[in-house]
Amino acid sequence: MWQIFHKLGSPKWFFGIASTLMPWLLWAGVAMLAVGIGWGLAFAPQDYLQGNSYRIIFIHVPSAFLAQSVYIMMAVAGLVTLVWRMKLADVFVKSVAPVGAVLTFLALFTGAVWGKPTWGTWWIWDARLTSMLILLFLYFGVIALGAAISDEKSSARAVAVLVLVGVVNIPIIKYSVEWWNTLHQPATFKLTEKPSMPPEMWVPLLLSVLGLYLIFGWLACLRMQTEILAREGRTRWVKELVQAQGN
Amino acid sequence: MASEFRVTLRSPDLSVGVATAMKAVFLRDVKTAFRQPQDLLNPLLFFVMVVTLFPLGVSPEVSFLQQAGSGILWVAALLSVLLSLDHLYRHDFDDGTLEQLVLQPQPLFLLVLAKSLAHWVLTGLPLVLLTPVLGVMVHLEGNSVAVLCLTLLIGTPVLSLIGSIGAALTLGLRSAGVLLSLLIIPLYIPVLIFGTGTVMAASEGAPVAGQLALMGAFLVLALTLAPFASAAALRISLSNS
Repeated sequence: MWQIFHKLGSPKWFFGIASTLMPWLLWAGVAMLAVGIGWGLAFAPQDYLQGNSYRIIFIHVPSAFLAQSVYIMMAVAGLVTLVWRMKLADVFVKSVAPVGAVLTFLALFTGAVWGKPTWGTWWIWDARLTSMLILLFLYFGVIALGAAISDEKSSARAVAVLVLVGVVNIPIIKYSVEWWNTLHQPATFKLTEKPSMPPEMWVPLLLSVLGLYLIFGWLACLRMQTEILAREGRTRWVKELVQAQGN
Repeated sequence: MASEFRVTLRSPDLSVGVATAMKAVFLRDVKTAFRQPQDLLNPLLFFVMVVTLFPLGVSPEVSFLQQAGSGILWVAALLSVLLSLDHLYRHDFDDGTLEQLVLQPQPLFLLVLAKSLAHWVLTGLPLVLLTPVLGVMVHLEGNSVAVLCLTLLIGTPVLSLIGSIGAALTLGLRSAGVLLSLLIIPLYIPVLIFGTGTVMAASEGAPVAGQLALMGAFLVLALTLAPFASAAALRISLSNS
């Protein structure tokens, strides 16, 4: 157990593992996402109230799901940075922050597109929407602070502190639909209850959520590899790797 | 001969209690602030001027101002606290006092707490005291003004405490001002929502005790957690320079 933990601290070891994992993550993710979204968009039954417009759920829910869990993953990595000073944790935070921001934007955008036909408006200042907007701002803050501090070590730790402070927003987003009387509907999936949708609707939705997770994993590996190459450019193994690829 | 040049190395004075150290930090900050009265006045002037912009820029009608007044005052107070945050650590950082503070045997987070409280006494509290005057200018009713003052009284220390984290993180960076706002405003939004929501409820005659209690919970949370984050950020920023 501890050996794995120590190995995880080594960028070289991670680079190798990521290379072998990436094709699996990518193809499994693409397949699941294709099945999930294809099924959802073309074959799942219509909603009795919203007709076809509800189908954007197959993009909206996965991206909103990921937007929040990416932030939680970043917070865990931030804690690891502060406690164990693990370099890779910071590489993770820096690499996935822009991805998280894009996913949050996607969730807000698809939400707006969905809101227009169902609520009659692109945007309302409802608790769920506002807290997601704050999440987007938090991602921007993390990216901006990371870019502002040139020293690698202090940048890593400062960003970790900021990410951990911002994590207070996550429960607010999660429970905003239960604490306040909002226009936004309650959570689609709960661990403790059966979904309120028929299986023809929630199975493709679950598939697209899982597929997006896998694709996120692939993207995180790819971006982390790039970041590692940039940071470890002076080490021998990177030079050897680049030379081997160049020939 | 040699004995004349001997330097006596003393261990840090552990006999100074935590409360004494906090009091010393607090009083020092207040005293040094009063040596530069203009710096104390500027956030207040800014507060008044921002509030003035709304009747002139949007609408001077009584009905609009009564509706939006509490929000305008809250936003203006938030912005002027935000602008004053740069002073929280900047001078001490420039002249090296901050490094001495970090080296003290007393826990840093308590000293940070004392500094944040001093910042509140110097900026937040005067804003609260000025609020009744501005409240009358935006035609708020007596009860609303009272509730507004109460929410600001609970809310501005939260702003100072959260802000101290951002001030510590951006210490010594180029263009720290804009970055500071970028980092801190998202964290200020919940306080703002509950602050103005309470005044709105009061103006409609609804009971506000529950919302005030929630704001009190924010304050307790900020008092207990923000100094830790701020102290950690200070250590990072100082190791950076």
